[in-house]
Amino acid sequence: MREALDQWNFVIAAYAIGIIGTLIMVAWSWLSMRAAEARRDRSREQ
Amino acid sequence: MHGFANPARFLRLARALTAPLLVLGVVLAGAALWYGLFHAPQERLQGDTVRILFIHVPVAWLGMGGWTAIAIASAVELVWRHPLAALAARAAAVPGAVFTFLCLASGSLWGRPAWGTWWVWDGRLTSMLVLLFLYFGYIALAGAVAREGGSSRIVAIFGLVGAINIPIIHYSVIWWNSLHQPPSLSMGGSAMAGEFLLGLAVSTLGFSLIFAGVVLARMRALLADIQAEARLRRKAEGVV
Repeated sequence: MREALDQWNFVIAAYAIGIIGTLIMVAWSWLSMRAAEARRDRSREQ
Repeated sequence: MHGFANPARFLRLARALTAPLLVLGVVLAGAALWYGLFHAPQERLQGDTVRILFIHVPVAWLGMGGWTAIAIASAVELVWRHPLAALAARAAAVPGAVFTFLCLASGSLWGRPAWGTWWVWDGRLTSMLVLLFLYFGYIALAGAVAREGGSSRIVAIFGLVGAINIPIIHYSVIWWNSLHQPPSLSMGGSAMAGEFLLGLAVSTLGFSLIFAGVVLARMRALLADIQAEARLRRKAEGVV
């Protein structure tokens, strides 16, 4: 028996995982960089 | 290349490039995915699922490209003892692992309607999963060495040895029977229609710029941590 699959469900899921995963990685790397540079600057001022 | 061995010179360049690379990458990748989702035509055999190509192929290439970058930086670290090569290798691991995971996830979502299964233990899929585990091992080893203060050479050797998996991934669809299709693009030409090729090129450029921007951001973070730790150590020793 052949299943009737809506191809768009798979397309949207793949795009959602790809876009959300990439944006989380970009945000995390940017925020962790800013936090690390702020820690370094604070250590210079102390 | 040795000109960038100076962390101050590297930081000047990295500060100027990080945000533009990330913004331009997000814009280009977003435009290509918009095209893939709403404007690319259906493919004769695969229908709408071919749209997954615009996200699956760039992240697959960059998952492999990430480890290739780790191997090159590891060789530079071992041979020339370039001070930033080790940082570059460590910085490429996280985006490489993320893109490899996204490749496996998007491939699984493509495989279900195209092949009728989420997963098969064939050469291409299994070697890509091995690459993800290699990334996990590399990140764990680099973290342990950074915490415990061991030799960074062992991390570089792991990076070089792990590169053996890259040609295995590439040739897996040629060496073994696989549900995965053979390469559509090669140095000799393309079996892909033009309306897919241009969108794929823009998507690949966008994701590559994102990868480069994330690597620079990770390198800046790692360098800042090293500098802060060194300063605190000097203070504790009463040097500053």
